[in-house]
Formats: sequence, structure tokens, C-alpha cells
Amino acid sequence: MQYRLTTPLTEADVRQLRLEDTVLLNGVMFGIRDATQIRIFDEGIAPPDDLTGAVCLHTAPGVRKKPDGTYEKLSIGTTTSARMDRFAPGLLEKYGVRAIAGKGGLLEGSVAAMERFGGVYLAIVGGAAALTTLQIEAIEKVWWEDLMPECFWKFRVKDFGPLIVAIDAHGNSLYKEIQQRAAERIRAM
Amino acid sequence: MTIYDAIETAACELYLRALKDIPPDVRTALAGALENEQSAGERTGEQVMFTILENIRIADEQDTLVCQDTGLPVIKAVIGLPLDVAELELRLRKGCERATLSYPLRSNTVHPLTRRHTGTNTGHGIPVVKFEFAPGLGRLELIMAPKGSGSENMSFLKMLTPAEGAKGVKKFVLQCIFESGAKPCPPVIVGVGLGGTSDVAMQLAKEASMFRKIGTVSPDPDARALERELLDKINQTGIGPQGLGGATTALAVHVEWAHTHISQNPVAVNIQCWRGERAEASISADGEIAYAI
Repeated sequence: MQYRLTTPLTEADVRQLRLEDTVLLNGVMFGIRDATQIRIFDEGIAPPDDLTGAVCLHTAPGVRKKPDGTYEKLSIGTTTSARMDRFAPGLLEKYGVRAIAGKGGLLEGSVAAMERFGGVYLAIVGGAAALTTLQIEAIEKVWWEDLMPECFWKFRVKDFGPLIVAIDAHGNSLYKEIQQRAAERIRAM
Repeated sequence: MTIYDAIETAACELYLRALKDIPPDVRTALAGALENEQSAGERTGEQVMFTILENIRIADEQDTLVCQDTGLPVIKAVIGLPLDVAELELRLRKGCERATLSYPLRSNTVHPLTRRHTGTNTGHGIPVVKFEFAPGLGRLELIMAPKGSGSENMSFLKMLTPAEGAKGVKKFVLQCIFESGAKPCPPVIVGVGLGGTSDVAMQLAKEASMFRKIGTVSPDPDARALERELLDKINQTGIGPQGLGGATTALAVHVEWAHTHISQNPVAVNIQCWRGERAEASISADGEIAYAI
């Protein structure tokens, strides 16, 4: 199934999604990465904007700063999510995030948190930044510029995707299924 | 232009080209992967490959970066004319800095302990420059291959025992692919380095993943057979494009080797993501630059 969803997402929005469904997103996405989440969770500094129903994108964009202090997008893609796995449950439980978009997937604890709190992991095609940069209409706001490029970014997006539902809100992970199958096949070789 | 000015200009241009323009051999392999997914009836694999090809089309059309990861610059310099190597290295570095500041490219280079940024995509030991010497070639060849972290983080070295033999090598490579899963952005190019000392094995693996073109085969019959067998087995895992399942996990497996010690059996794996970024130029003694298309 293909869905077109608009942020902020509700629990019902994400609970309806099943593995391998595709999603086009409209509205707002928040860009975060390693350093951003170290600040939130390890240093205990609250996110600068309301993340209820939010979609977070694992990214550290390439940008150009304009004379008026705003940023022009140059290349906004995604990064390997597994590095930031330990932060994902907190984003859902503490801040009400409904979806995390990235590449490569998240691990067991995050899969369980998505089932419990109602969240999904949306896979972007890693490396496809030329496409995703086009789908980001504007960089609306930037906080924590001292972490450049791992700031807290707010993007306005239009038909961002296609994103593939790779972890659903029912305890299923496409990555886990594929890895289990691969392990069996390798054992049989 | 002196040859050194040409080297700096070429390094700058090659860094940008490598990030914008997918090499022809990789394009062909990616198009083949889409057909593979279609004929295998893998719908998600097909969707992913379609998006990858669409992304390349947009990067071509808009003259923009394919991926946001501008990597660490890795350069191979094939020296076929008399040159001051220290000056060559300095100019390559300056070229990388120029590309980073002028575009501007996202800078990725940080100190490994303090994580402090240099801001230039250069630093202590960066760019990585590999020198090769080709007496009588009459020109300098530069191959730029900026390496992204998603795939570079999936690097492996194991000093197997001789008793584990070729079987142990195959098992280890498959284990690496399994552990890497979706993380290095499949379909990948798998570089395998066999033999030598531990550092040589890693270097051979990088040569195999980054500088060997898809479609080339090892001149050594045993290594060639291993390339074929591993590619077949890796694609049978079903990990597929982006690790979301499918028929194409690897576009190619390249094996490079060196002789080794009777009591050693080193095997190294280095993985390159689907974009297989690489750009080449040839520079003559009077500083004329010819870029490969």
C-alpha cells in the first residue's frame, strides 16, 4: 500500500502501516544526528521544538550559509541509523516522536519501543540525496549551530519519499526478517 | 599552467566530479541490478533500484551531489614522470581544500579523540594518498575516490590460520556481508584483500573495492574463481538493495592478493556503497589535464 501522510502524525497514522508499505511525507521533518542526540539524552538538554507526532530524519546536511544568516540546502540525505539506536526509544517515549527516517534500520530495543509507543521506522534509499534534497522545500529553522553540521534542523518537505516502512508499530522489522533468512541461507551454503 | 598548478586544479575538480558523476561501469551495473530485481519479482528491491537510478538522473540533470556524504578523500597517484612527490602531495591536499571551501562541501574530518572539525576535509594524514610508480608512462594519473563512512565503517580484518584455508576465507567474507547487512548501502562492491601482512591485506581490499572497475576480473585464475563464487553466494543471501530484501546484494566482488607467510592467512574486507564514486584525470608534463569521461 502507498500512503501520503501529513505531519504531525497521529498514533492511528502509524499503526495502520505494514512492512514494505511506502509513504510520501508532507509537512515538517526534524533533522538530527549523533551529536544532536548526545546533547538531548546525555547532556539532558530538551529539544528546542515540540516533537509530538514528529518525524525525525537522521541527517547532517550539506548547506551554504547566506548573508542573512539562513541556510541554503546543498545536499540533504541520510545516514546509518544503527549508530544512533540507543536514542530512538527515548525519542518516542519521552518526546512523542512517531516516525524515524534513516537508512539501515534500528535494533531490537527500538523495535520494541515502536510497538509499545506507536512508532515506525521509514527507510530512505541511502545515498539518494539528490532526490531527497529536491523534496525538501526549505530549511525552516536551525538550532544548536555550534554542532554544525549535526545541528537540530527543521525542514519543510513535500512528497518526501518514497519511504519504505521497514519497522512497523506491531513489533515487526523487515531488517530482522531479511537477516534471519540470510543467516539460514548462509548456514546452508 | 605548471604541472603542480594542474595537479591542484585537477584534485579540486576530481573531488567534485567523483561526488556528482557516477562512473560508467557502476551505472551499467546498477541498471543491471534493476533488471535483476524485476526478473526476480522482488518489488521492494525494484523500488529501491528505481529510486537509486532516479537519484542519479536528478544529480546529472541538476549537476548536484549524488549523496550527502562527501567522504574522506582517497587519491591514487600513478607517477609516470619525474615529480617532486612532497609538492605533489601538498597540491593534492590544497585541491581537496579548494573543493571543500568553494562548493562548499560538507566537511567530515575530525580529530579522532576530540572530534574537533578541521573544516577542510583535509587534516593529519588526510587526504589519503596512495603512490604508484609507472616509469616511462610519461604522465601523472590521478584517481580520486572519496570514501563515505556508511561503507567504510564496514571494514574487517582477520588473521585466519593456514589450516582454515580458502574455506575459512569464504566463510569470513560471507560473515562480513551478513554483519554489514543494510548499513553499507547495498548493492555494494565487495573488496577482498588476501595475503601480505595485515596492513597490506587491508590496502589490497581497498584497491579492490574502490579502484578496480566493475567488469574487470582478476588475472589470477584462483582469485577469479573466488570472485565468481563469492558474488554468487553473496547474492544468494537475499539481503538485497538497502538490506530490504532482493536479488542484488553485491554488484561485484573483487579479489586482490599478495603472497604471505607460511604461518599466516590474512583476509581483509572493504566495502564500497552503490555509488562507487571515482573520478580520473591524466596530467601531462606541461600541465595539460585530460579528465576521463
